[in-house]
Amino acid sequence: MNKQQTLTSERRRKTVLSVVLAVICVIYVLPVLTVLVNSFKLNTYVKTETFALPTAESSAGFANFVKGMTFGNYPFWKSAVYSVVITVLSTTLILLFTSMAAWYISRVNSRFCRGFYYLCVFSMVVPFQMVMFTLSKTADSLRLNTPWTIPIVYLGFGAGLAIFMFAGFVKSIPLEIEEAAAIDGCGPLRTYFSVVLPMMRPTMISVGILEIMWIWNDYLLPVLVLDINEYRTIPIHIQYLKGSYGTVDLGATMALILLSIIPMIVFYLLCQKHIIKGVAAGAVKG
Amino acid sequence: MKGPLKTFFKNPMRRWAWLFVGPVLVCFVIGFVWPFVQGIYLSFCNFRLIRDAKFIGLDNYLAALRDPSFLHSFWYTALFAVVSLVIINVLAFAVAYALTQGIRGSNLFRTVFFMPNLIGGIVLGYIWSMIFDGILSQFGTSILLETRFGFWGLIILMCWQQIGYMMIIYIAGLQSVPDDILEAAKIDGASRSQTLFRVVIPNVMPSITICTFLGLTNGFKLFDQNLALTGGQPFIMQADGSAIKTTEMLALNIYNTFYGQGTASQGTAQAKAVLFFILVAGLGLMQLAYTRKREVQQ
Repeated sequence: MNKQQTLTSERRRKTVLSVVLAVICVIYVLPVLTVLVNSFKLNTYVKTETFALPTAESSAGFANFVKGMTFGNYPFWKSAVYSVVITVLSTTLILLFTSMAAWYISRVNSRFCRGFYYLCVFSMVVPFQMVMFTLSKTADSLRLNTPWTIPIVYLGFGAGLAIFMFAGFVKSIPLEIEEAAAIDGCGPLRTYFSVVLPMMRPTMISVGILEIMWIWNDYLLPVLVLDINEYRTIPIHIQYLKGSYGTVDLGATMALILLSIIPMIVFYLLCQKHIIKGVAAGAVKG
Repeated sequence: MKGPLKTFFKNPMRRWAWLFVGPVLVCFVIGFVWPFVQGIYLSFCNFRLIRDAKFIGLDNYLAALRDPSFLHSFWYTALFAVVSLVIINVLAFAVAYALTQGIRGSNLFRTVFFMPNLIGGIVLGYIWSMIFDGILSQFGTSILLETRFGFWGLIILMCWQQIGYMMIIYIAGLQSVPDDILEAAKIDGASRSQTLFRVVIPNVMPSITICTFLGLTNGFKLFDQNLALTGGQPFIMQADGSAIKTTEMLALNIYNTFYGQGTASQGTAQAKAVLFFILVAGLGLMQLAYTRKREVQQ
């Protein structure tokens, strides 16, 4: 009887907990829904009736999306394309070169390698503000101010975390596998690309996700490095809507915000498991 | 590495150093080492461009420490970092604890709570400024008009973004608490709260270390959200004509000192940046040393 009672009370507790969390979940989604709703409203109604559904009077239909495309003195599609180019190029570059470097410095482990490794770890605690002025001047003088060359800057500034994570993984894989490859006649290149690289897959995914989340959403580095009259990314585009003269069209702004978060939410829903795992792995860096 | 392997393995590898380490090394120097060294040097110089730098000793640091807006932003940031750290961690731990009780819908809840992390800081700022202004305009005011609105608004924004992130770390920690310890506590007749405070929390100390550290440095380094939500408004005019931006945090203050219109002063800004670096790096190391020590005692 007693046991029966504790079981039902246990079950009731869990149901209550479920309901409470479900309510919090709904509240959690509300901000995104508010953006969705307001992206279909006329500008003047966004501020006064933020939380009402669009009515016949306040609805703008798809006009905000049409206006948003050219809004802010810069075409939105261009910002989107440059965001994709910069994110894809930088992430690819970082994954390829830092994993190679991490393998080399963990295996050769000379004094130079250890020094380089500690410098990388050190770079992780340096805030961007420390280097932003000199970095943007350096990048400028080396003509790294285009979407095609800014990945070099990302590789340089983001190398620390990536090398740290890859090196941590390399230390955990047994040397015997690479020894076997060497004895079978594989040179370092072949050993790396056909033996080590495939084993690194899980870490590749984790690092790749962290880099994508960082670079896609990054504002300060591209705004300082890129020539922003020519090239913008989505965060720069959104920030400069406010900077353009006159009052801001909130309806069109919300339409663009919606368009800019949809790709990330789709990406999240598609690779949710990897993203959560990657973030947990990256957090442990401390 | 031992004798024969060295000849077979290590020496051939060194011949490929230029390919394996070269690209990262070059970019690392361009993207970090050179700007860092130059940044330290320039903090002792008077300059507008880099070419005209003149060594002036510690004047920049004195100017930075005498700047009322810098001191204001320091205290404002410190208060923000501590308050947000406590609120976010308590709530994140509570959510993680609830989600590891084996309730229905855990996966869905986890998915939803983590979702805001995918949205960038600038966009987050504009989403929330619309929401806050939607509420506050009913009372005839705006988030840009009062410092306390800006402060708590940013706290709410950061909670929305960071709870899911910290939750993931806490869930990983909670799942690694061995079942037999919990079982033992149950058999010994420990109550629910006793189990939580005496068994569960000491066993997730490593996660608490990580989250405290992350929360504190995230709070201090916050920039995008601060810029997009209030941009430092409201301003208070000073007697000498300068303005104190009451919701301006350290990172934004440094940015404005570098690039602010009319008031820019690169030397002072670089000195502020060095002080900021020492603060963030030192804070992280202290925090880590302190909590690691406690873990050992457990």
